Amino acid sequence: MLSLPELHLRAAFLRLVRSFFFGSGFLEVDTPLRQPVIIPERNIAPLQSGHWFLQASPELCMKRLLAAGCEKIFQICPCFRAEERGRLHLEEFTMLEWYRTGADYRDLMADCEAFLRYMEENFRMEFSDHRSSLGKSLFYGAEAIDLTGVWERLTVAEAFSRYSPVTLEQALETDRFEETLVENIEPHLGMEAPVFLCDYPAPLGSLAKLKSNNPEVAERFELYLAGIELANGFSELTDSREQRQRFNDELKYIQENGGKGGMPEHFLQALDNLDRAAGIALGLDRLLMLLLGKNNLSEAVTFAPSDL
Amino acid sequence: MYNASDLRKGLKIQIDGSPFIVTDFEFSKPGKGQALYRCKMRNMISGNQFTQTYRSNNKFEKADLDERKMQYLYNQENDYYFMDIESYEQLFITREQLGDNVNFLIDNMELQVLLFDGKPIDVSLPIFVNLVVTKADPWAKGDTSGTDTKPVTVETGYVLQVPPFVEEGEKIQIDTRTGQYVTRVKE
Repeated sequence: MLSLPELHLRAAFLRLVRSFFFGSGFLEVDTPLRQPVIIPERNIAPLQSGHWFLQASPELCMKRLLAAGCEKIFQICPCFRAEERGRLHLEEFTMLEWYRTGADYRDLMADCEAFLRYMEENFRMEFSDHRSSLGKSLFYGAEAIDLTGVWERLTVAEAFSRYSPVTLEQALETDRFEETLVENIEPHLGMEAPVFLCDYPAPLGSLAKLKSNNPEVAERFELYLAGIELANGFSELTDSREQRQRFNDELKYIQENGGKGGMPEHFLQALDNLDRAAGIALGLDRLLMLLLGKNNLSEAVTFAPSDL
Repeated sequence: MYNASDLRKGLKIQIDGSPFIVTDFEFSKPGKGQALYRCKMRNMISGNQFTQTYRSNNKFEKADLDERKMQYLYNQENDYYFMDIESYEQLFITREQLGDNVNFLIDNMELQVLLFDGKPIDVSLPIFVNLVVTKADPWAKGDTSGTDTKPVTVETGYVLQVPPFVEEGEKIQIDTRTGQYVTRVKE
């Protein structure tokens, strides 16, 4: 449970998130947490609520709002993922998502740079900490993470050849992609400065657009700070036929493994009215944890499961 | 059976016929990928440690462990006999398995015995035991050698350093975790 001063800091933090997006011309939206159909994703176990589901992300509704004519929208909301518990995972957590039309994943990377600099600088003012490095470095543990300039865009393939004993192809062939990422690569990412790990193998970006000059990879990235994955963004796939095909593959896998799920028909219909767009999900509790210098996500939320 | 999602620090599982305890645990799930459960484990018999990453579809056998309250009876050479306080069942544990614990065993002492698959693998002694000093050099008053401890032998044959005023026939308290002298016991 947060202390009284920490509760004030969390409130200030959420106020700053909103003020950044208001200042950048985004519209704040709120969409239902309970939904009859959610995104079919094989690696995300949903929490059920009656015959409906608690959202794992507000993605479907937010993209429908884009299709309905919104240009820049953001949302701060709870998301739920069953059986995700650990130092950096809670089954219920706070997500920040923002979406833009007429944009791709590169625009989102630039958003991330501006957003994190803004948050670091203004959050530090809340501590009345007027060090000259305001907005320039984020201090976490023994690390001083340099936030200035343009952050490195490191492709997944490059990351494997730089940090791992096996190449990306070998890791995929032997079904060791996640293990290699966690054990060999992540500990190096974002230690001196934030890093965008980008261009994921196509099968790992279920709702992402493929690169036009290389359909083997998706226009998807993850932002890393201090070895911690903070945000996942991508250029949106807006081809509803292609999207239906990918959802079918996921649903088949889910049903074969005893899971439940259905086709998000309203979403697929809306997709036909959407042209170029990009969207990103950022774990707000993780960002607050980093800014507070805490080691565990439970120390950044008002009540942790163990407090309940 | 346990599922990977049951893994946590302190969980005891069985792998290839041996009991293991999870000593460190981290859940991770890189970017919409598979959930990974990274565990550091210690073999509860050999003490060997290893680290392994599991996936959500991995399953684990429960370690068949049983902790029972027992009384130490006697030893015959290298075999130390214990009796279950409730069932009066007797079993023995070898000197090798007991390790340093033999230094603190006295007749009729009650302790916890951990059994795996019906076989004893560990004993948990009381934190403090009182033992009689059976051999000690007399305290030479006015000794100016500057040493503030001297070695004594207790009834189990264990030798330890104590303050110079401790004399033969006295009872002393020893911390079984460190094997060190705590205080003199007056009865």
